[in-house]
Amino acid sequence: MKRGDVSETPGEANETRLDAGRARGSADEERPGADAARGKVSVRCIVNGEAVVLHAYPLARLLDVLREELRLTGTKEGCGEGECGACSVILDGELVNSCLVPVAQVLGAEIKTVEGVADGERLHAVQQAMIECGGAQCGICTPGMVLAALSLLERNPRPTEADIREGLAGNLCRCTGYMKIFDAVVKAVASSQ
Amino acid sequence: MSDQNIGKPVPRKEGRAKVTGAARYVDDLAVPGMLYGVTVRSHVARGRISEIIFGDRIPWDEFTVVTARDIPGANAVALILNDQPYLADRIVNHAEEPILLLAHEDKYLLEEARRAVRVEIEPLPAVFSIEDSLAKKEIVWGEDNVFKSFLVEKGNVDEVWDSPGLVVVEGVYATGAQEQLYIETNGVIATASREEGVVVQGSMQCPYYVHKALVKLFDLPEDKVRVIQTETGGGFGGKEEYPSMIAGHAALLAWKSGRPVKMIYDRAEDMTATTKRHPSRTRHRTAVTRAGQLLGMEIDFVIDGGAYATLSAVVLSRGTIHAAGPYNCPNVRIRSRAVATNAPPHGAFRGFGAPQSIFALERHLDKVAAAVGLAPEELRRRNFISRGETTATGQVIREEVDMGALLDRAFELSDYHAKRERFSRENVGNKIKRGIGFASFMHGAGFTGSGEKYLQSVVGCEATAEGRVRVLAASTEIGQGTNTIFAQIAADALGLDYERVEVVRPDTASVPNSGPTVASRTCMIVGKLVESAALQLKQTLAGAGLLQEPYTAEEFERACREYIEKNGALKSFSQYRQPEGVEWDDEHYRGDAYGAYAWAVYVAEVSVDTLTYEARVEDFVAVQEVGRVIHPVLAAGQIEGGVAQGVGWTLYESVVWAGGRMANGQMTNYIIPTSADIPPIRVHFFENPYAGGPAGAKGIGELPMDGPAPAILNAVEHATGVRFDSVPLTPEAIMEALEGEAVKA
Ligand code: FES
Ligand code: FES
Repeated sequence: MKRGDVSETPGEANETRLDAGRARGSADEERPGADAARGKVSVRCIVNGEAVVLHAYPLARLLDVLREELRLTGTKEGCGEGECGACSVILDGELVNSCLVPVAQVLGAEIKTVEGVADGERLHAVQQAMIECGGAQCGICTPGMVLAALSLLERNPRPTEADIREGLAGNLCRCTGYMKIFDAVVKAVASSQ
Repeated sequence: MSDQNIGKPVPRKEGRAKVTGAARYVDDLAVPGMLYGVTVRSHVARGRISEIIFGDRIPWDEFTVVTARDIPGANAVALILNDQPYLADRIVNHAEEPILLLAHEDKYLLEEARRAVRVEIEPLPAVFSIEDSLAKKEIVWGEDNVFKSFLVEKGNVDEVWDSPGLVVVEGVYATGAQEQLYIETNGVIATASREEGVVVQGSMQCPYYVHKALVKLFDLPEDKVRVIQTETGGGFGGKEEYPSMIAGHAALLAWKSGRPVKMIYDRAEDMTATTKRHPSRTRHRTAVTRAGQLLGMEIDFVIDGGAYATLSAVVLSRGTIHAAGPYNCPNVRIRSRAVATNAPPHGAFRGFGAPQSIFALERHLDKVAAAVGLAPEELRRRNFISRGETTATGQVIREEVDMGALLDRAFELSDYHAKRERFSRENVGNKIKRGIGFASFMHGAGFTGSGEKYLQSVVGCEATAEGRVRVLAASTEIGQGTNTIFAQIAADALGLDYERVEVVRPDTASVPNSGPTVASRTCMIVGKLVESAALQLKQTLAGAGLLQEPYTAEEFERACREYIEKNGALKSFSQYRQPEGVEWDDEHYRGDAYGAYAWAVYVAEVSVDTLTYEARVEDFVAVQEVGRVIHPVLAAGQIEGGVAQGVGWTLYESVVWAGGRMANGQMTNYIIPTSADIPPIRVHFFENPYAGGPAGAKGIGELPMDGPAPAILNAVEHATGVRFDSVPLTPEAIMEALEGEAVKA
């Protein structure tokens, strides 16, 4: 199936309600009490290297589908409006805020979430450095931060301090004051040389 | 006791779970049969509820609806005065006050239903500012709008003003509200029934606060209420008292529906409806000799508590005690009041009143220095408190304090003198003005006065037959590193590897009440109890003749196994006892306000763009003495994080109020610092072990919130030559002031 090709999947009305629901703001199209599954689509994509089929309303947020349907709860919601980066995932090589991505848009795409960063038990250099440098305090921004750092290093394997500041500026952390996160990125670069 | 772990950067206990996404926060949990819950809130600041209308087109019979009438016990959040209702009944006293609760299994339909409820409220006159509240423009709380007032007197300040040769300096300073903005919003999951009791798990700092509140709300025996903390995505005080509210709401819905209920606030609700830092206004009147010696300080400190008393009395207390700073002044009077307005109740936020009063003092002292022609640091040096001298409450400082040395180090690290001189020279004719400034301050650790004595905190230690040790405490890990430092402390007390010690998840069914996770008390007060409980474990084994020092881990394991085989469990508990010689007089607010203080000098370097009116912090140096440092990386992380929040409070974070409601309750327009806004923060610790803390540690968490605001504004004055006496300092405020100057010139 190619991108943009959305298939309807009627007859799933009895699916658990915990799965991805209607997107916020789309409620008006659906009268309450109507068949909750009406208009659901199947979306094929690759998540952390595995082919999956997601069943959701086309406007459901990728964030909710990952968390509720795939139970990949490492992707967090901090604001729901594209400001905090807690919901960051890597979508076809780009860092995106999954709270702003309607699921219909990920058809055929490759998605990496924080759960797909480590190689089995072996942590990625960025994860290891985040632990050692104290880059994670409460940890709620950490999944997004790890992916932002990964995406930065992908584009720029030897970032300057200014590059790091700039590269992480879409991911808010309220705990660390960012210094230890910068340290972690520097350390990850050093350890992978 | 060994020294294997303390002072070393051991890996954070839950670090791996956090970097892999495996850590489970409350919203990551789902319970079979779970409903979602939402809150219908007031849209007016003060008024009388006349009618609640349930709109059409919602299948209301599918919903669980809870109003004040459904509450089985007391409709008040148990805290200090118990004046805040869980659900407003006839009267609302602030916007966003909860009125009605709804639950349904479909969260999208639930959201529609919430919007379909219309609450008719006849507005009553409301009060929105400290000035109007003090002027009693309208009485909105009690007889006089005053939740609490304190008076601290040292010497006799009234006799000072007329002394010959004195300079008297006055000033008024103000600070705004600040949102804690933990990245994980408030949330809980509750189950509840008369037979089984109430179980709540969620994001929180103080499980036993929630426990106490639920006992009263449901009128249940204590053992019928269980509260479990889930991984918590930041607190900063914002999850000190508020979780009692959301936990109660979810539990009321669970009680009525017979189903588990999950309640998670979205960002807008969390920002507009939950607590924020108290806005403040401080007046100073200071008598100083021409030689720069402080002779008298009269301080009037007022905070806006919002609509209900909640924690304002305690916030006021801490702000009051810190208002005269780390200086030795013979005559001091501090009068303080927490007043009511019709804003949502303001609450705990890192620093707890001290950042407000210290901001005023440290801005004011730069003014005092200028009035007597001294450099700001010279005025401070002539008045710094030292051992044997007394604070405003008459507390004799018994430990060695060397504020001068902290100042020297901070100036050296920041190159203060050279920059001060160079910026003054180079600013002339430059569009970008640069400046450097500092603040010196202290922060008391633990509960104020007799607080710790009344809390009677308890910590347990338990050993397993495998020779593993578990720390049992209600103190929560909220990012600051509780799990890690408790494990370090217990491991060193027992001479064991860090990996052998585990800190159990706080659950009121299985851990003793070690008190709330607030007031920079976790490391110093609770950590000390961890240390003594661990030591007792060892003594128990020694007393049973099973263990002798020195011992290996294998010998410890064998001793534990044998003890457990013979006696069952191996547990020890340690309870707080006030150290000898600590005296506090609650009535006159005199005596030993805190067991220990952390001391600090922070330097900020700023640039102010006179075209865009933007101020930026370019460099920051934080030098402090916090006793022994338990974990160098976590400790520095606490300072850096606190400084960043301080930078936010000073330059970026402006709560816009409209009729008592927060008008910018979104991350899009309430701006916290990003990685591009925070300057390099250089942290330096002086270590001076404190006998009352575990391995010599003192409290650290709140200290870094106190210094940035005054240091930054002192630097802005150096840069621009204009005095700014309130935060947040927005570009609009800078523009107005600089244009005013230009007109004058
Ligand atoms: S939750 Fe998506 S950016 Fe904040
Ligand atoms: S570690 Fe708590 S928000 Fe970043």
